[in-house]
Amino acid sequence: MTRLTPRGNLLLGLAALVLASMPFWAEPYHMQLASIALVAAMFALSLQILVGAAGLVSLAQAGFFGIGAYTVYLFGGRVSIFISLPGSLFAAAVAAAAIGPLVLRTRGFYFLMASLAFGQMLFFLFHDTSLGGGADGVFITRPTMIWPVSRSARPAVFLLLNLASLSLMYLGLWWLMGTMFGHALAGIKINEDRMRALGHDVQRLKLAAFILSGALAGLAGHMAAVTDAFVSPELLDWHHSAEALLMILLGGIGALHGPILGAFALTLVREIGQSVTERQRLVEGVVILAAVLLLRRGLAGWRR
Amino acid sequence: MPISRRSIVGGAIAASGLLAAPAIAQGAPLKIGLMLPFSGTFAALGESIASAFEMHVKELGGKMGGRVVELIRVDDESDPAKAPANVNGLIGRSKVEALVGTVHSGVVMALVQAAREAEMPLIIPNAGNVAATRDLCAPSIFRSSFSNWQPAYGMGKALAAKGVKKAAWVTWDYAAGKESGDGFGDGLRSGGAELTKVLTVPFPETNFQPLLAQLPGLGVEAVGSFFAGGGAIQFVKDYAAAGLRDKLPLCGSGFLTEGVLKPQGAAAEGLQTALHYGDGIDNPKNLAFRAAFKTHANRDADVYAVQGYDAAQMLGIGLAATKGDATAIKDFAAAIRNAKIDSPRGAFTISASHNPVQTIWLREAKNGENRVIGTAAAALADPGTGCKMT
Amino acid sequence: MGGFLVQILNGLQYGLLLFLISSGLTLIFGVMGVINLAHGSLYMIGAYLTYVVAGATGEFWLALPAAVIGGLVLGAVLERILFQRFRHRDHLDQVLLTFALILLFEEARAALIDNQFHAVQVPPVLDFSVPVMGGFAYSAYRLVVLAICLAVAACMVAFVERTRLGASIRAAAENPEMVDLLGIDARLIHTLVFAAGTALAMLAGALAAPLQSVYPGMGDGFLILSFIVVVIGGLGSIAGAFWAALLVGLIDTLGKVYVPQLAGIAVCGLMALVLLWRPTGLFSRA
Repeated sequence: MTRLTPRGNLLLGLAALVLASMPFWAEPYHMQLASIALVAAMFALSLQILVGAAGLVSLAQAGFFGIGAYTVYLFGGRVSIFISLPGSLFAAAVAAAAIGPLVLRTRGFYFLMASLAFGQMLFFLFHDTSLGGGADGVFITRPTMIWPVSRSARPAVFLLLNLASLSLMYLGLWWLMGTMFGHALAGIKINEDRMRALGHDVQRLKLAAFILSGALAGLAGHMAAVTDAFVSPELLDWHHSAEALLMILLGGIGALHGPILGAFALTLVREIGQSVTERQRLVEGVVILAAVLLLRRGLAGWRR
Repeated sequence: MPISRRSIVGGAIAASGLLAAPAIAQGAPLKIGLMLPFSGTFAALGESIASAFEMHVKELGGKMGGRVVELIRVDDESDPAKAPANVNGLIGRSKVEALVGTVHSGVVMALVQAAREAEMPLIIPNAGNVAATRDLCAPSIFRSSFSNWQPAYGMGKALAAKGVKKAAWVTWDYAAGKESGDGFGDGLRSGGAELTKVLTVPFPETNFQPLLAQLPGLGVEAVGSFFAGGGAIQFVKDYAAAGLRDKLPLCGSGFLTEGVLKPQGAAAEGLQTALHYGDGIDNPKNLAFRAAFKTHANRDADVYAVQGYDAAQMLGIGLAATKGDATAIKDFAAAIRNAKIDSPRGAFTISASHNPVQTIWLREAKNGENRVIGTAAAALADPGTGCKMT
Repeated sequence: MGGFLVQILNGLQYGLLLFLISSGLTLIFGVMGVINLAHGSLYMIGAYLTYVVAGATGEFWLALPAAVIGGLVLGAVLERILFQRFRHRDHLDQVLLTFALILLFEEARAALIDNQFHAVQVPPVLDFSVPVMGGFAYSAYRLVVLAICLAVAACMVAFVERTRLGASIRAAAENPEMVDLLGIDARLIHTLVFAAGTALAMLAGALAAPLQSVYPGMGDGFLILSFIVVVIGGLGSIAGAFWAALLVGLIDTLGKVYVPQLAGIAVCGLMALVLLWRPTGLFSRA
């Protein structure tokens, strides 16, 4: 999986600055849209560790996202964001650590289907039991920040918060993929058996990637809960996992920053679609078909 | 090096923001968001409500408060997960000034939250979440339908009056089912009876077999239930097919048989239910309404149509008092609160927590009709516990 | 006790319907190596087709052959146009492509029929109930569905075990490369298998229509369950799908009765246990 050169990162940084300036010129609704795209980008980026880096196509990602989101609900009342955020990361990591050893016993198609089923198990946990407040979803009290945020300031504050989270996540992963761990994952993606033959503990590497990926999905879920103040079991549904895969495909499997491009592209397409027609499923279906058939390398690979 | 798409996206969003039409000027159309299910198990209900709402707008000459009405329909698919996005879209993208919706009890919470935050008028034409007129009540939120507690309370009361001592409650596991169950239990207790068991199925599951097979062994004399739309059709059919009709009387809030008697067929014959509407209510308003609706929508009116119609009446009354200004909430609310709504179900008033105070009728399904055979509870108001407006 | 036996019956009936859907899925996986997330949509299509045919002709029984023939045709067309080309693409592409299919099928259904819930009446000749025990009666139609599923299962086993074409299919499931070397027309087998799998799913939808009614999203639950069945039973094994489907049907039904909030989790937990013990499924030949 390729990483951007410092010059490429500079361009991304400029785009981030444009987003950061939105509170000065943009409508609240559009800042809300930007937040939606940023959270989606974090979600897709967390999955990229498995898909792009290690070649593991998983449909369980939404489960960890949802755990991160529901952790905010489970904290209950006025908890500080400095507690809820690590809390979500930790809860999602624990879930990934519990499921990882089981699901990683499988390979290929079995892995895909097993991840789907485990993701659904997490969905059932929040949909069927009263743990998450029921099948309809619940409105939650947002965690407290350093100083109180007024209703009108919310879109801007959350935009900046999500932008900061995504930036940190991206930079962290950018660095990680350059280390031995990142290279080992790349080796597993190309030929798992050879890596094993070379003496690498492939299972442990895959499990580490799985847990990291799950934890970061939990972070994305936490940000979603804070932004929307609403959590529902559908956040854990496998359709949501498939959307993360779509964003990765749109942006390019082969690039670390692909999911970010894909998330923004999908959000934009959806928004345009909403204003044009009521047939949202048609729009989405056609977009996916076009992406799979035409965008072999995703938006990131457009000019290559 | 590929051009970063983010910058292009950012620019596009900026451009559309600058080009968006600004605030509503005098004489501009009044945009009303109609967020209802137009697909899925509640699709027929959504259509009934929307049709009747549109019918009254037509009766008003297409205007409310002196402004031309523009209705914007959104299919909420009875999906609570999509609700916040749908509502934000109506408010942020379509720039509606008032909201009307919805059917599903989970979806309506997003509407309630948005109406509270934006201080925007919201008329709920079905969803009975007690929260909307209890702990989350607000000056701008009204309901033209019922609270989940009301019809079920009536049914429990009527059942106890017949001498039943122990009953069970069967429903979908979501807010509407739970709150109806609470009402049913309260109604039973008011007559000295007991709700001994509650069995649920996840929404919108229609595999009722495992649940039905448990009923004979519960030691109850009757089974109360809440299902609506498509689920009600399947449940009543399955209940009869399992041979339970003769052994364990089935009843429930009227949604069990409302608008679905034809597909239910013989399986529903003789079912008694409690609801704030029924067949055979012969006040002049109802007769005129039913005739007009039959012409307008080409099918018979049901309770959902009545609720949609009354929602339009209430919104019209409120906006007439403020001359079309949807932000003058104080006058808007006062006008509706003090009004007596001339409804096909019978005239009703609004409680202090903005829920209808109405009669719950006892009905029996006979020959494709839900005939009113008596009163289950007269002038019943939802308790409104926890509402800070009262 | 009577209640328990009735629940066993419920579980078996549910499981057999699940088998019909899963058998197609496992064969398609095993023989073609293709993942099809739209399999649940095929079930939905079969049910809506039944609603349309039964409504138009007034005869429910006509819907069954319509579903089977329609399924064979649809499956063959899908295979030739889409899946043949995507067999060799990676998992991500296949997942997304078949996910797009789900969305497009939903749109097609919305455009051609509608988005509404529809009840389908049980055929009048079977519209009675058989007293089973303890004040509970079983719909005769349900018993007939049970019998039909068993018959189909028996036919499938016989076909796959006893005929030459069946042998080719078994061979293709076990060792796709070998099939080419042996000169068997692999492309024909792929089309046949995909068509059969589609027909089975649509037949299941047709049979289930009077039992669970017809509504958008009716295939979602079965999709997940059928994937679990395939994982537990083993890719490409019909016997595996059969026993796994019965097991899953029973656990799901009994779970709904005794621990209703944990039924879904219990089924996934069952899969987790199997994965711990046999990562490639109970009956896999790997």
